[in-house]
Amino acid sequence: MTATAEGSPTFGMTRARRNALLQSEPVQGLALISPTFLYALVLLVLPILVVVAHSFWTQNYLTIDRTFTLENYRVALTEPIYRDLLWRSLYISLMVSFFTVVLAYPIAYFISFHGGRHKSLWLFLITIPFWTSYLLRVMSWKVILGYNGVLNSGLLGLGIINEPSTALLYNSSAVIITLTHAWAAFAILPIFVSLEKIDRTLVEAAKDLGDGPIRSFLRVTLPLSAPGIISAALIVMIPTVGDYVTPKLVGGKDGVMIANAIQAQFGKASNWPLGAALSVTTMLIVTLMAGATVLVIRAAQRLAR
Amino acid sequence: MTAMRRFLASGWLSTYAFLYVVFLYLPVIFLPIFSVNSAATPKFPLSGFTLKWYEDLPRTPALLDAAWNSLVVGLSASILSTVLGILAARSITRYRYPGRRAINSLIMAPLVLPEIIVAISMLLVILQLGLSLSLFTIVLGHVLICIPYSMTVLTAGFEGFDRSLEEASADLGESAFGTFRRVTLPMVAPAIISSLLVCFTISLDEFIIAFFLTGTEATLPIYIWGQLRFASKLPGVLALGTLLLAASFLLMTIAEILRRRAARRTQNDGGLLA
Repeated sequence: MTATAEGSPTFGMTRARRNALLQSEPVQGLALISPTFLYALVLLVLPILVVVAHSFWTQNYLTIDRTFTLENYRVALTEPIYRDLLWRSLYISLMVSFFTVVLAYPIAYFISFHGGRHKSLWLFLITIPFWTSYLLRVMSWKVILGYNGVLNSGLLGLGIINEPSTALLYNSSAVIITLTHAWAAFAILPIFVSLEKIDRTLVEAAKDLGDGPIRSFLRVTLPLSAPGIISAALIVMIPTVGDYVTPKLVGGKDGVMIANAIQAQFGKASNWPLGAALSVTTMLIVTLMAGATVLVIRAAQRLAR
Repeated sequence: MTAMRRFLASGWLSTYAFLYVVFLYLPVIFLPIFSVNSAATPKFPLSGFTLKWYEDLPRTPALLDAAWNSLVVGLSASILSTVLGILAARSITRYRYPGRRAINSLIMAPLVLPEIIVAISMLLVILQLGLSLSLFTIVLGHVLICIPYSMTVLTAGFEGFDRSLEEASADLGESAFGTFRRVTLPMVAPAIISSLLVCFTISLDEFIIAFFLTGTEATLPIYIWGQLRFASKLPGVLALGTLLLAASFLLMTIAEILRRRAARRTQNDGGLLA
């Protein structure tokens, strides 16, 4: 203790208590995380609240009228163009998450159950393409699917088709293919992690009790890996709903998604409140869809057992 | 019999795994192939080998500016997000306190938010505050989306860490900061470098946030986006894309090697994102 503390014991007591408080786990932990926490608060939570606020206002040429209105939401939900875009975005993201999960599951299973010593090498091999620029990967699909593209010129060269097909590019299937490819790694990792957590003796037990490989997979392995399937589906579904680059590059007219409309409101159309309302609507619908997906997979999991 | 069946099952699976990896890599491989093809449109059959698309690259001032901007943004974003990531990962792995999980999920939230939402909401706030858009605003956005990745790499690095080493250092009279600098930091150094590389790679490749939050200056993805409108510029873009591809690949390989070294050092084998 310092000289002052010796001189006035009561003051020393409070100071000691304060020191004890400052050195307690919660305070130190919170103090350490506060810069990162504040960063996320100021640059993520606050901006989203500002977007929500804007969605209830009106654009008046260059100024914003701050009287409360639900008009933007009426437009977002009832105008055919926005309604169609929302439905299409949901449909595309649902398809993409379905295909990525279905295609990724056998890979995750293979690495987890048959990967042996090379598990981390396999994982690395699979994540590498994901670390290359998203823009470039989308562009390479454009190169593959285009009128003069790789697929068309290849098929022409092999004599399988007589003229280049225009059906490959600029539609929602092109968007689905490109996104399924782009998000593959994201689906594999969570499924792999949940498969790794499965106690292998349970699978053995099912076999000892007379279940064949398919039955034991369906009744033991698959239900136990449901958490991984859920997080894989969500981690793909949520960001793809708001994808901007893929529909713009390979979607054409029929592949436009809601993000393109949102961007237009903040760019050319310059109607921030409508753009904000479209964003909030998208977020809410995504949340609902994510919740529904979780419930459906959980129900399926219960049925399997 | 079972061994035979198991082999068949795994043989079937390994064929699938092989095809899947081909599917993953195929589109990526077309970039380098067509970047050395002499024809201006990417189609088969290939017309001849050339390096002219690469030779044109350094002669494009706009491209050099974009590359410089990307470097500045990438370095700033990776350093900032790694520092914030170290603080948060250390706090999450070392201390127990109420609200820990909630704060953690908030920090990780950008990982599961559509990027366009992150981009437009930041844009609104920046414009409302009357700040001008610049490379700095891109850095702010990139730090936000890099932190979750940095956290993942660093938490894995901090988690397997043996706390008795720190306690020993404290018992021997080292201060809290001294212990952190002389014991903790060297142990987790590979994880920190790995986090820097991962964040730099993300920032280098990130388009949407940069697209919305940039002023007049372009980063490489924004430059590429601008070039994509012109069909005649495609080979140049492919060449540039190939170089970026090589850079990302190199950085990620180094990051992975370092991450593994860190994992070995702390006897903890959690994969990236895993």
